[in-house]
Parts: sequence; structure tokens; C-alpha cells
Amino acid sequence: MLEEEFSQGDSPVHRLDPRLKLVIGALFSAVVAVSSRWSAFVPGALLALGLLFLARLPLRKVMGRLILVNGLVLFLWFLLPFTVGGEIIWRLGPFAATRQGVFLATLITIRSNIIVLAFLALVSTTPVFALGYAMAGLGIPDKMVQLFFFTYRYIHVIYEEYQRLVKALKIRGFRAKSNMHTYRTYAYLVGMLLVKSYERAERVREAMLCRGFKGRFYSLYEFSVRRADIALTVFLLSGIAAMALLEWV
Amino acid sequence: MENNSFLINLENLSFSYNGRAPALENVSFQLSGKEKVGLVGPNGSGKTTLFLLTMGLLRPSSGKIELFGKRMEREEDFKEVRQRIGLLFQDADDQLFCPTVLEDVAFGPLNQGRSSREAREIAIDTLNSLGLDGFEDRVTHKLSGGEKRLVSLATVLAMKPQILLLDEPTTGLDAETTRRLVSILENLELSYILISHDMDFIVKTTAKVYAMVNGQLSSEREVVPHTHVHVHDYGRLPHVHTSTEDVTPEHKDPHK
Repeated sequence: MLEEEFSQGDSPVHRLDPRLKLVIGALFSAVVAVSSRWSAFVPGALLALGLLFLARLPLRKVMGRLILVNGLVLFLWFLLPFTVGGEIIWRLGPFAATRQGVFLATLITIRSNIIVLAFLALVSTTPVFALGYAMAGLGIPDKMVQLFFFTYRYIHVIYEEYQRLVKALKIRGFRAKSNMHTYRTYAYLVGMLLVKSYERAERVREAMLCRGFKGRFYSLYEFSVRRADIALTVFLLSGIAAMALLEWV
Repeated sequence: MENNSFLINLENLSFSYNGRAPALENVSFQLSGKEKVGLVGPNGSGKTTLFLLTMGLLRPSSGKIELFGKRMEREEDFKEVRQRIGLLFQDADDQLFCPTVLEDVAFGPLNQGRSSREAREIAIDTLNSLGLDGFEDRVTHKLSGGEKRLVSLATVLAMKPQILLLDEPTTGLDAETTRRLVSILENLELSYILISHDMDFIVKTTAKVYAMVNGQLSSEREVVPHTHVHVHDYGRLPHVHTSTEDVTPEHKDPHK
């Protein structure tokens, strides 16, 4: 669960101020998400690949993540060509694929791959807590940042609790079938997890009160933008601007 | 002795969880300076409840709580003194909620109004004093059980409390970590109350032991620390006990 295997490393991308990474990532995705021309996609893909290369991420693992994403995209390929109306180019029994449908599916495939590549390079190279502080540094409300931290911290604990419950089921011979007993058991499992999480939340709150929590987190970390950061940011931002120009001009 | 010479003075506390039999009934308890006290008793006898009442995390249905000579009634009263009492929770995962060890240990000092530089220094000093050098950047949820426990203790000690309340601190610890905890507690210049089921541990770390049974705590039931001669398999193999170097003779009276 949440191994953060790309977050440790020493590269210009790893060292880049996390606040800048978030801003760049957001701008980049926004531009790619509304683009529909090769003249924007090609520089976009080059930029994303360049960042990946600069971050020196292990290619095999990056491919693994891409396969995950494209698994989802594959479903769109089953659906979109046959559901979007337009000029029919291929028939399969009662189903007809349209040129517009195929175009849309292609577009989504390209966009999502480029965005994921860029996010892998920018966001997955940042430790989760640095991301949280970067969000706070960008003026995202405290409550959102705290939710982000607590989710990260306790998702492991809740997952472990879940696994304990599943083990408890297994050692008593539970096997999932399609019957009432199975549904009821799963409902109990989910209910139990909710109750346990709620109780843990109460205890964590008590622990925080005991340590003088007054509703505000104080950060130990201060970010600083270095000269190399500025250079990389200016380069990336001009790249994004160029993509936007090529798309709309 | 006057009341205000006690650090903790609980008088006739009663408490019950919603609609259940009372968890505590007429419990009185005093802790004075430099006192190290153990609290034993079966599961569900109200030991943890006593801690939560003392910290103001639960309110008694009747009785009086005085901390550092001051009567505690409202949340505001507790807010001030809570930071002078360190409560170590049973489950370290409840206590450690920050992403990294350093942040977690610095959390208390930051709340006490220290600057981030001071908080960082206090945190590192506290970690070092517990033999946790170099743990600053470790991720809390990836620590082992024993490490989590010691880091939890660091988060509490970093606030420089005058009293520690330790709720089953040895649960889940191996012999080596338990020994480390014993030597840490021996060297602390603090008063503490310690809940444990581990008699060996209690004997080594406290001077006085109370027993809690069915929500009742009485000084007549003050427990006499003692050790047993014991027998177990594989006794010939070289092994270590969490207990005692000197095993005292078996006592003659049977246990109740």
C-alpha cells in the first residue's frame, strides 16, 4: 500500500520545490486535457518523457504504472466507438463503430498517457508529506491538507485492520459465494471497519488534545526556491505555453 | 498533608459509560512528587478510564479532580494542565499521527508555542536521550512496534511533562525493548503512574503498586511486589527473562 517507491532519489526533478511541481503539473494537465492536435501532443509527450528521463525513474516500473492506466482506457475502447454517433466505419453484428467514436477514444488515450507520464515524473517523485506542505504553501485550506495527511497516515492502519478481519474470516472457513451469508458477512466487515476507524479517530483526537492541539498544525519545514528550480520552471512553463499556442493558433 | 502538595488528587470519582455498570466507583487516589506508582488489575477494571478522567478526556459523574493543587472542572481548566501530564496511549498508532518522526515529536512543543527551530532541537534532543538517534526522518507508520512505542514516549517527553501516565507500555514489546524501557524509566526524574499486566516490569519500575478490581481502588489492597520461582520448557537453553536477576524464594501463602 502506498509504497512511494519513486519518491526517494536525487535528480533535478526530485530537488524541485514541491510547490512548483504542483503548479507545473496542474497547468500541464489542464493544457493537455483540452488539446486535440498533434502539434500540442508531440511537444507535450516530449516534455513529459524529458522529465521522466531527468528524474531517472526505473523504466520498467513506469511501464507497469502505464499498463494500469491503460487498463482503464481499454474499457473506453470497448464503449466509445460503439456509443458515439456518426459516420459508421466498421460493423460487428448489431454493433457499429463510428469514426467520431474512435477519434474520441484515441484522444483520451493520448491525453491520459501524457498526463500520467508527467505526473509520474513530477508528483510521484515527491514524498507525500512534502506534497501536503506544498498544498498548504499554495494556500489550500488547512482542513484539506489535514485530511490529506490523515488519509495517508491512517490508510495503512485501516488496511491492516481490514486484513486482520479478512484473516479472521478465512481461518473460520469463510469463502465468498453468491449468497445472503456472503453479503451479510461483507456488510459486517465494512461496518466493523467503519466502527473501528471511528473509534480510532476518537483516540487520535484525544492523543492530539493531550499534546496541546488547538486546531492548527505548525509546519517544521520551510520550502525555498533555488536558482536551478527557477531555471527548470521557466523552461517547463515556456514549454506549456508553446503547447497552448500550437493548439490554438 | 495539605491537598495542594499532591500532583494528582482524585476524590471519590465515579464514572460509567452510557447505560452500563459503573466503570469506576468512589475511587480516590493521590500522587505526590517523585512518586512512581504501578496500577494492576484485570481487563475492564477501569484502569484506562482512570487515566482518561485524570486527563479530562472523560468527565466523572461525581467526585473531585485536582491537578497541581487546582480544581479541574471545565475543558478550559484541563487544557492548561494537560500539557504538564504526558499520557502514553496503549496503541502507539493512536499517538503517532504525523508523517515523520521528527514532526510527531515536535508537534507538542510547537503547540506549546515554541518556534520551529526550538521545536526541532527539543525533538532531536529527546530522541537522542532515548537512544533514537537518526530516527528524525523515518516515516512513522513504517516503524516496528518497539520503535513506535519508544517514539511515542519521545513525543510525550518532548513536552517536558511533570507527570507521566503510561498505559500498558510493554504490551507487544520484546525482552530487549522492555529492558530499554525499564532503564529509561529508571533514569527519569518524573512522577509516573504505570498500568501493566507485566509484574516483572512493574516491580522494576515502580515503588508502590495499587490494584484495581471492578472499578474499585483501595489502599488496603496495596500489592506487595514479589517474584516467583518458575519452571518452563527449554530452560537449559541459554535464555533471558524480562525479569529479575535475583529470583527470590517462592512465597508460602497461596494467591487469592
